[in-house]
Amino acid sequence: MARVVVEVMPKPEILDPQGKAISGGMSRLGFTGFGEVRQGKRFELEVEGEVTEEVLAQAREAAEKLLSNPVIENVVAVRAIEEA
Amino acid sequence: MTAVATDPTIAEAGAESGASIGVVTFPGTLDDRDAARAVRLAGAKPVNLWHADSTLAGVDGVILPGGFSYGDYLRCGAIAGFAPIMESVVSAANAGMPVLGICNGFQILCESHLLPGALIRNDHQHFICRDQELIVENTNTVWTGDYSQGQTIRIPLKNGEGGFVATEEVLDELEGTGRVALRYQGPNPNGSLRDIAGITNDAGNVVGLMPHPEHAVEAGFGPEDGGGIDGQGFFSSAVRTLVTGR
Repeated sequence: MARVVVEVMPKPEILDPQGKAISGGMSRLGFTGFGEVRQGKRFELEVEGEVTEEVLAQAREAAEKLLSNPVIENVVAVRAIEEA
Repeated sequence: MTAVATDPTIAEAGAESGASIGVVTFPGTLDDRDAARAVRLAGAKPVNLWHADSTLAGVDGVILPGGFSYGDYLRCGAIAGFAPIMESVVSAANAGMPVLGICNGFQILCESHLLPGALIRNDHQHFICRDQELIVENTNTVWTGDYSQGQTIRIPLKNGEGGFVATEEVLDELEGTGRVALRYQGPNPNGSLRDIAGITNDAGNVVGLMPHPEHAVEAGFGPEDGGGIDGQGFFSSAVRTLVTGR
């Protein structure tokens, strides 16, 4: 089954309180090699049949219209993945 | 501010005119009953509307109440923004119908682009629940006309994602056109940019705010300080506009 993956991240200039909380947890657990953490979202859209350019275009539109809010988030990737 | 709950003239005027205000219930909405009660106390008839309805049942105004519509899935208010009833709400709002979004309702108004900006998780990462002082900065909206310019009111605030954000250009435009309707007084409770608690659209018929005026409409049930009825003005303002046309 083919899938389209959509990845959404909070805009760099927007405060990411969830990422901040995770970053606090990281250092408490001793994962000290990292600075700021930002949390985004990954969506997997199942596709019947082939991932055509048309399917990708539809996924891009859905990513902009529903899966992300352009005021606070960027769509950073819309790509096809194949599963065995 | 007029204390409409005890003012029989306005209460009768609302009933006589048949002014009705719809309160939309989405799955996960919490404050629909309090909003309906506030409408009734202001002298208008509350009408229950359901998220899957496609018409507004002939109401004269709409309130999108607080809660966690669709479990806050995806983003707060995002799924509700595409609910069947929102198509009717958006077109009615664009045609001038009074629409008030409270808390989750404010998030829904932003997600459905009736108001600019967005609401993100509180900067301190905690849910906050307290009585909050606000400054009424614009009394030329349908929902704030019964307050006086610069008046301080105290109503409950309860949210986890109440941080209002928008681009600098949008914030400047909101400030420059008087569209910041309400601002937090005192320490900023949630990281909202420029202490913005509520905004209005250009026409003044659509207002969204994070705090809850519907929880402060009857003495003894609202905040203890200040009489506890500072929220009445939102509902009395809208009813007066619907009844008198101004």
